[in-house]
Amino acid sequence: MTPEYEFHQRDRDIHPPALTPVYKTSVLRSPRIPLFSLQNSLSEVTGPAFSHDELGPLDNDLVLNYARDGKPIGEQTIVHGHVLDGNGRPVRNTLVEVWQANAGGRYRHRNDTYIAPIDPNFGGCGRMLTDDNGYYFFRTVKPGAYPFRNRVNSWRPAHIHFSVFGSGFAQRLITQMYFEGDPLIPHDSIIATIPDKSAAERLIARLDLNASLPLECLAYRFDIVLRGSRQTLFENKLQGG
Amino acid sequence: MTPTPFIPSYLPETASQTAGPYVHIGLIPKQAGFEIFENNFSGDIAGPGVAGERIIIEGRIFDGAGHVTKDVLVETWQANAAGRYNHPSDTQDKALDQRFRGWARTGTDFVTGLYTIHTIKPGSVAGRKGRKIMAPHISFWLASRGINVGLATRMYFCDEEAANSEDPVLNIIEQPERRKTLIAPRSERDGATVYTFDIHLQGDRETVFFDI
Repeated sequence: MTPEYEFHQRDRDIHPPALTPVYKTSVLRSPRIPLFSLQNSLSEVTGPAFSHDELGPLDNDLVLNYARDGKPIGEQTIVHGHVLDGNGRPVRNTLVEVWQANAGGRYRHRNDTYIAPIDPNFGGCGRMLTDDNGYYFFRTVKPGAYPFRNRVNSWRPAHIHFSVFGSGFAQRLITQMYFEGDPLIPHDSIIATIPDKSAAERLIARLDLNASLPLECLAYRFDIVLRGSRQTLFENKLQGG
Repeated sequence: MTPTPFIPSYLPETASQTAGPYVHIGLIPKQAGFEIFENNFSGDIAGPGVAGERIIIEGRIFDGAGHVTKDVLVETWQANAAGRYNHPSDTQDKALDQRFRGWARTGTDFVTGLYTIHTIKPGSVAGRKGRKIMAPHISFWLASRGINVGLATRMYFCDEEAANSEDPVLNIIEQPERRKTLIAPRSERDGATVYTFDIHLQGDRETVFFDI
């Protein structure tokens, strides 16, 4: 059976190619043979669904979800926005997962040995489901910049990693969100993998004073767009087979 | 029926970025080394009550220099034993298994590089209109440091030779040698059925990856 809808083909010109020597690790981890294009079948338009009872009440509050004997140190920040598809429709009830370094740029990960200290009250991950408008929000502390072994003196801008599902496995996406005005952005080797300047711009969250809580918490706005879909016109939809 | 909304233009997709070396923090916090969520997603999805033949899928993921990668996120998506996806878009006339979501997540081991998934063998799924039934397969999605856009591939089963020879996806891969990169050999270990699916990101034995 042809699925009742198929996803628009991914515009590979706005995504980084697999091989981007400016980001050295990609050199040995990029296929050399072109991707094999596959028309959507049921296997691609379907994907996992998640429910509220799988998540805990603090899962979207990184300020509190690992707090032990106090709150984490850092700039309290709300991040919010909509998950939409390429047709501008809200992507409802989809799982959004985030992870990040603490205010000093240190990750709570057994392989991170950066000299900046772990914050005993900060875990650095969260997750949430979008609502009926495709809206999500979480609270955290703004992550610090972070050095990494690419060139001798490479530093990542402050960033938050995002993982999003959508309704079909073909929409699966992992990306990173940056903060408006960060002077490291033009120097970053990871952002530089994106060939399309406006696509890179769209990864930069904007300061949103309207959503900030006075005397408490700044806010940034970050919208995410997943692939759109189209109805399969002129196809034998109902009979299947 | 609600009227179709006016859509002024298409929105471009958000650009992908690498998951980075610390993807575990957000997606597999236990592997990163800490406990935070009450309920964790896992690579063991053949829970009690799930119908079907229990299988283990394991393998390693190699880079272009032949080295085993040790920081890769592996996710799989599959139909249930009857060949139906747990998703409203799958309207095939087959039994739905409410206890089986069909999605697994794990990471390659920091020391051995091995990933392991405990699941059930999927049934075959209808192909697109006018095409043959798809042989039993599991969709894979890989993300990690050095991978800029998640890589999609499929695993097929070596003991489904007849179905594989008719599979509409395997058959449009021009070179027969490349089809073999998607077919996992089967073995038995301590009474369990194990399919070994090694993935080569680059080089002489490069796995077929799909633009889906």
